[in-house]
Amino acid sequence: MNRRLGLFILNNAPLVLFAIVFLVLGFASDRFLEWQNLVNIGVQSSSIAIVAIGMTFVLLIAGVDLSVGSVMFVAVAVAGKMIFNGQPIWLSFLAAIVVGIVAGAINAFFVTRMKVVAFIVTLAMLFFARGFGLWITQTRAMNMPDTVTSIGTGSLFGVPVPVLLLLVVCAVAHVTLTRTPLGRQIYAIGHDPEGARKAGIQVNRIIFAIYVICGACAALSGLVALTQTGAVSPSFGDKKEFAAIAAAVLGGTSLFGGRGNVLPGTLMGAILIQTVENGLVILNANPYLYPIVTSLIILLAVLLDSVRSRLLEKLHKRSIRIEEEWLSRSDSP
Amino acid sequence: MNTNRKNVVMALRFQSIEKAFFGVRVLKGISFELKLGKTLGLVGENGAGKSTLMNILGGNLQPDAGTIRLWDEPFDPHSPKDAEKMGIAFVHQELNLFGNLSIAENLFISRFPTSGGLIKRKSIITRTQEVLKQVGLDLSPHLQVDRLSAGERQLVEIAKALNRNAKLIILDEPTTSLTDREGEHLFDILGRLREQGITLIYISHALEEVLRLSDEVVVLRDGEVVSTGPVEDYNQARMISIMVGRSIDQLFPKRNHKPEEAVVLQAKRLCRKGVLKDAGFALRRKEVLGISGLMGSGRTELARIVFGLDPVDSGEMILNGVSIIKRSSAERIEAGMAFLTEDRRAEGLFMEASIEDNMTLVCASRWARGPLAWLDQKKLIVGVREYREAVKLTAGARNEQAVKTLSGGNQQKVVFAKWLLNKPEIIILDEPTRGIDVGAKYEVYSLINQLTEQGAAVLVISSELEELIGICDRILTMRQGEITAEFDQVDFDREKILRAALH
Repeated sequence: MNRRLGLFILNNAPLVLFAIVFLVLGFASDRFLEWQNLVNIGVQSSSIAIVAIGMTFVLLIAGVDLSVGSVMFVAVAVAGKMIFNGQPIWLSFLAAIVVGIVAGAINAFFVTRMKVVAFIVTLAMLFFARGFGLWITQTRAMNMPDTVTSIGTGSLFGVPVPVLLLLVVCAVAHVTLTRTPLGRQIYAIGHDPEGARKAGIQVNRIIFAIYVICGACAALSGLVALTQTGAVSPSFGDKKEFAAIAAAVLGGTSLFGGRGNVLPGTLMGAILIQTVENGLVILNANPYLYPIVTSLIILLAVLLDSVRSRLLEKLHKRSIRIEEEWLSRSDSP
Repeated sequence: MNTNRKNVVMALRFQSIEKAFFGVRVLKGISFELKLGKTLGLVGENGAGKSTLMNILGGNLQPDAGTIRLWDEPFDPHSPKDAEKMGIAFVHQELNLFGNLSIAENLFISRFPTSGGLIKRKSIITRTQEVLKQVGLDLSPHLQVDRLSAGERQLVEIAKALNRNAKLIILDEPTTSLTDREGEHLFDILGRLREQGITLIYISHALEEVLRLSDEVVVLRDGEVVSTGPVEDYNQARMISIMVGRSIDQLFPKRNHKPEEAVVLQAKRLCRKGVLKDAGFALRRKEVLGISGLMGSGRTELARIVFGLDPVDSGEMILNGVSIIKRSSAERIEAGMAFLTEDRRAEGLFMEASIEDNMTLVCASRWARGPLAWLDQKKLIVGVREYREAVKLTAGARNEQAVKTLSGGNQQKVVFAKWLLNKPEIIILDEPTRGIDVGAKYEVYSLINQLTEQGAAVLVISSELEELIGICDRILTMRQGEITAEFDQVDFDREKILRAALH
């Protein structure tokens, strides 16, 4: 019984952590569990969750995209500039997404064609995109008209628009990963890229697509954040790559590829990070504590995960049960 | 498809296939043919060109010159997909399965049936159930491949080929990681496939399997076809002598010494829940003690426990009169133990590192000098050279060369050299000749001989019973974590030992 409980906890480490954090904060503050606060958490998580979903795709093939924060910035910088110059909002937003796709495609080109390590390529893109964004904005902050912020605060069918967007992205990503050939092949590539190539999977094409998806998610995430903050500042999207990776890892995604999921994994990871921050604000904690607490929780999640992998490996590998089953099967007439 | 005069269709014909890597000719004008529905045994030492040739057929490599005809039509594959389209399936030695996906997903990974962009899950499950039945596997299609045994994975790989309606299946060393029983099951399935008219190419170092399964035999040596003909023309000895280009009188070297009475290592009632039950043995000086058993019988687990890698619940181990049950592996190495693991790629070697670095791994401290323990490079190189010669590592390899570039046999020699540098007294060998060719096997056996002659005691685990019978003084059988019987050399009998291992 104890062993079972232990296994359950290990198998669902992110979920258990999530529940614990929720309970603790719920007991610590009455305000935390208020409906409005929960909605707030959802709205505040949406931007980071969207970029983390893109990151999950990249991590699943054992890649990494460090440029997402800068891509968020350059995408909204372009959109902001266009809105400033009187372009319609929908066109400006579309342009932002295109910027994200182009940045992702450049990353993808260097990773798949030039065979440069993703870490280096996307690190270069991190500086390049940030620099390019600073150049076109002249490092000045731009305040958006109310029409932009009204999108972020608006609701559709009673659901805040950012949350709605997140749910759509999440659903599409989940279905893609679990129900489409592309999704299953992504897992295959993450497990063994050479094997995937041998199996006739178009590995390079899929990796290319993944970096594009990640770039597009980053741009969309930037737009969601823009509609909430209403301003493009030079530090927009700064260090978001770490939050995105943290959310994915917190949700059980492996940095070595082939393991992880968007639902519930990454979504929960993103919300968990936001929940902790929200809780600390409500509890009036010292702001310097936020990153410390967040990092401890991430460490704990990863620790649980590695303990779990080791235990499961032991349970499955070094037991003679499998062979016995096999024997009894082939013994039966 | 065309038919020729005799109304027999040629499945495959190689014509003067040439291939070179970096200027080294690996295939020197290979020509042979294979009739439809026949099974070809393709044999040759490591490096003879078997894998290169099959990779050309499978579309992984392109030949420099020469042509292939498949089903009596010109065939020029540029990718594995091309080969797959023409009905070729390649079951690689290192299985090409994705452990993180289910059996069904593995079967369909490169071409899922979809409707509206989504995978038709019901239809792939049904189809998977069908082909699993064809290969005699009673498993759920949803089961993750990580959970399967080596034998089951091999069969899943064949199910994959059947699922693609493959008409020509290439099997590269399919039995290396299988137990005897799993191997038998595989042969049954292959027999069934032949009845269905599927053409097979069977590559194996296990010559008795080749003799048993094939209709035709092709022997490669140094990139050339040195012999070809119907299987009736061959026996093991003839195949070996053609393969190596010289005759080997026997498969196993003669032993010129007897084990001594003195017990160096005694294991008593070793227990570990679910793994080992009261396992004990005594290992004498200059003795080769074999352990026979199915994979999963606890033999590897016993070796790991003896070497101190895995914990033990109870029991005692005495090395030269001293209890070592509480000692760590590092301390046991210090005390003179060595362990060659069954999986040399993953556990025995750093594949990317050089021969030198791998060899000096266990006892680098021997050459450490001064307060900062800097390595004395000159002396180190002398030591490396000495032991390279002792294990007869190929002279062509440089010390700085990465281990992954060596053949399986030479890799195994590097592992040996690594341990011998430490002058071990007790050597545990887990499948020491897995996946290496006949010539290299003989050298490994000679090495074992030489070591025992010098006073070492060897504990060897092997799935090949012939090998144990050929080299051991005594054989223990294991089954479900227990030692079930003990045989002295005079009582060695294949059937009796097998029975003890199985029942």
